[in-house]
Amino acid sequence: MPRPPKLPSPSFAITHHTLANGLRVVIAPDRSAPVVGVAVLYDVGFRSEPEGRTGFAHLFEHLMFQGSANLEKLEHFHYVQSSGGTLNGSTHVDYTNYYEALPSNALERGLFLEADRMLSPRITEETLANQLEVVKNEIRVNVLNRPYGGFPWIYLPAVLFDSFANAHNGYGGFDDLESATVDDARDFFERYYAPANAVLSVAGDLDVAETLALVDKHFAGITKRPAPERPNFGEPPLTRERRTTHDDSHAPIPAVAIGYRIPDPVHSLDKLLAVVLLAEVLSDGDASRLQRRLVQRDQLVTEIAAYCGGFGDPFDERDPSGFTITAHYPKANSVDAILAAIDEEFQRVASDGLEPGELDRVRTRLAGVLLRELDAVLSRTLEFAKFELIHGRAELVAELPARLQALTEDDVRAAAAEFRPDRRAVLELIAGGSR
Amino acid sequence: MSAPTAVPALTKPRKARKLAIEQRTTDSGLSVVAVRKPGVPLVELRLRVPLLSAAKSHPARAELLADSLLTGAGDYDRAGLAAAVQSFGGDLSVNVDADRMVISANVLATGLTKLLDVLAVVLTEATFDAREVALERDRLAEKLAMARSRAGVIASERLAERMWGAHPYALDLPQPDAVAATTAAQLRKLHTDRVRPAGATLVVVGDVSPKQVLDQVEQALAGWTGNAPTPRVPALPTPPGGPLLVVDRPGSVQSSMRMGGAAVPRSDARYPALQLANLIFGGYFSSRWTLNIREDKGYTYGPHSRVDHHVLGSALTLDVEVATEVTAPSLLETTYELGRIASVPVSAGEVDNVRQYAIGTLALSTSTQAGLASTLAALSAFGLGLDWVLSHPARLMATTVEQVSAAAAEFFAPARLTSVIVGDAATIAGPLRALAAIEQ
Repeated sequence: MPRPPKLPSPSFAITHHTLANGLRVVIAPDRSAPVVGVAVLYDVGFRSEPEGRTGFAHLFEHLMFQGSANLEKLEHFHYVQSSGGTLNGSTHVDYTNYYEALPSNALERGLFLEADRMLSPRITEETLANQLEVVKNEIRVNVLNRPYGGFPWIYLPAVLFDSFANAHNGYGGFDDLESATVDDARDFFERYYAPANAVLSVAGDLDVAETLALVDKHFAGITKRPAPERPNFGEPPLTRERRTTHDDSHAPIPAVAIGYRIPDPVHSLDKLLAVVLLAEVLSDGDASRLQRRLVQRDQLVTEIAAYCGGFGDPFDERDPSGFTITAHYPKANSVDAILAAIDEEFQRVASDGLEPGELDRVRTRLAGVLLRELDAVLSRTLEFAKFELIHGRAELVAELPARLQALTEDDVRAAAAEFRPDRRAVLELIAGGSR
Repeated sequence: MSAPTAVPALTKPRKARKLAIEQRTTDSGLSVVAVRKPGVPLVELRLRVPLLSAAKSHPARAELLADSLLTGAGDYDRAGLAAAVQSFGGDLSVNVDADRMVISANVLATGLTKLLDVLAVVLTEATFDAREVALERDRLAEKLAMARSRAGVIASERLAERMWGAHPYALDLPQPDAVAATTAAQLRKLHTDRVRPAGATLVVVGDVSPKQVLDQVEQALAGWTGNAPTPRVPALPTPPGGPLLVVDRPGSVQSSMRMGGAAVPRSDARYPALQLANLIFGGYFSSRWTLNIREDKGYTYGPHSRVDHHVLGSALTLDVEVATEVTAPSLLETTYELGRIASVPVSAGEVDNVRQYAIGTLALSTSTQAGLASTLAALSAFGLGLDWVLSHPARLMATTVEQVSAAAAEFFAPARLTSVIVGDAATIAGPLRALAAIEQ
């Protein structure tokens, strides 16, 4: 057998620095184009929301754009966009990010804007009431008025996990959102938005020494506060199958989501990577096993996908995290046949192993996917920040191809053996819409 | 030590590095554009093949052609083709619209020649096996049903019908009966007739040597030859305006509003002014429309307006989803903002803001391999290329406030727009009737 080709690894020089107030800083220069990315990640996501405040982490993210220490409402957007930049933020299971892509002559401006809201966001009754309506409309457009809206990310965790932290709806119920107060927001900021609970990542067309000086100038004056203690959210694998249904009044055809708990993504990274490779073997493209079996041969489903992490990014979450298979299928009552076929395919990998060349082709492709994520300055900035915050080392993103290369067929077989019927959570989507 | 309180000024802009680009038209008439853009060791490819047709059966055939193209070619069966592309770190996909088919690929730079060889087989020896086509036909029917269950898709379809009438541009998605009637033999014929190099463009961007890429492409695709017939397609009509069409979707908790009107292509002298007027109205977050109905009133998660460029003409499109109970107030505010920008001159400050935004985001969107490849492929349909990207900032800089106001008056006048709302008609029709003539 020929030796597998060495997978290419990206090379970026990354500088680390920690300010006296605890803010961790990651800087990665690349002078090939006159653009920079600036991102701040706070170590709080919707997993940390208290009972009665579902959706609060995301509502709070909106409030961080509503003015800050030295900026009126709308000025943050104005200063980024009139500099030729773009901006956004998003709330994840374990963190919340805020970011800008800018022409490199606006680097200091971007740092100022992030520092100003880390110093103190302006949160008023008026901005809270306004953004409450905006968030409710975001939920209407993405969930309530949309076929398959929120499927399965909102509904599957409630079947797969037990604790409120892991199981609840991260977009939030309208009752909870409507009862949120300005004081809640101030408390949330005090507790979770401390510099010591954040990572600042800057990448692109920059000089490291100058950038360090600018970071110091804008962020060092923010008072140190303790980072909150993060509780252990871990839950053991299921021991009995769980099943439930979800009614969707707009969906024309049924769907199913199957969830499994997976190894701790941070402390068992190689085990996670074996599951990531298994997901590729199962569902990436027309040569993958679930596509061939369920779409092409048995014609049980029209679409099928398998992925790690609630939103398909295996490296985005700490423990516990999940593995999800979703399928859309035309004929009601085919769930049992679909589950049986999936079980057989897991079993086939576990007992018969992989076909010649199968492992190499999926990891070669995966290396391409990981590299592609690092091309745009903004996504590179966000990747460095995420790996620094969740995995403790921004450099890890560049080491993934070598880590994947070191895994063997036996690792993937062992991963597949863990996916047993008694460990799955099954969510059936009942289609109530017309064809 | 305290934190700074003043917004820092911008520093001197740094110039983008000059890109190495090579272009060649092969003996078979394929236009090839290759750009060196290192960064990550990858290559992006976009092959754009014109596919416009006035035939009623065409949208279904074109869509199914795209879905079936990679299900087998030459010695490759479906899984074999996908496995080959994966093995050199690549991905191939196909999509179509009324104007064209685009085959998109990305691959590790080391796999480019192998990917081109697979592409050649797909272009010259696609199988269209009857069983695979039947499978894709059934899947397409399900995918269309899923698409048409979305309020926004219904709204866009009804707007296109109303704007373009009997013109092929009115048929955004294929009809189910046309899909059901499509055969493998028809796909083979469409592929043979229309998927030809003359008039097509292949863009290659990435960690490559452009000259070498031209030779590699010419060699790999030497067997792909021939001309496609030029289809006869009627000129694009002027959208008629008329009463607001209300389409019932019972139980909707939001209403999907779409408005459209004629616009001008990038080559038109008025285009930079139109681009800037659109940004001021609703084309970016700091736009008037967003600040009014989102940041002031909370009626929506976000409105968007944009200029779409099609081969036969450009169009201005507005879209927004608003809460059902504020559907009429949202129309009121939208009509107010349209009337205001069409009747009252815009300010110099607004023009400066959107000018910098347009220049900056053009640089950002073309700073990636994928972004530059997609941009160049899209521009190729209009005879434009990298020169247009590089010279556009100067055109934006030269555009005056008066020109932007004139473009706003010409294109944003609410009386010129064609409008559709999809929502819970029993709730929204009454209040809407107070504001506009409606049709149900």
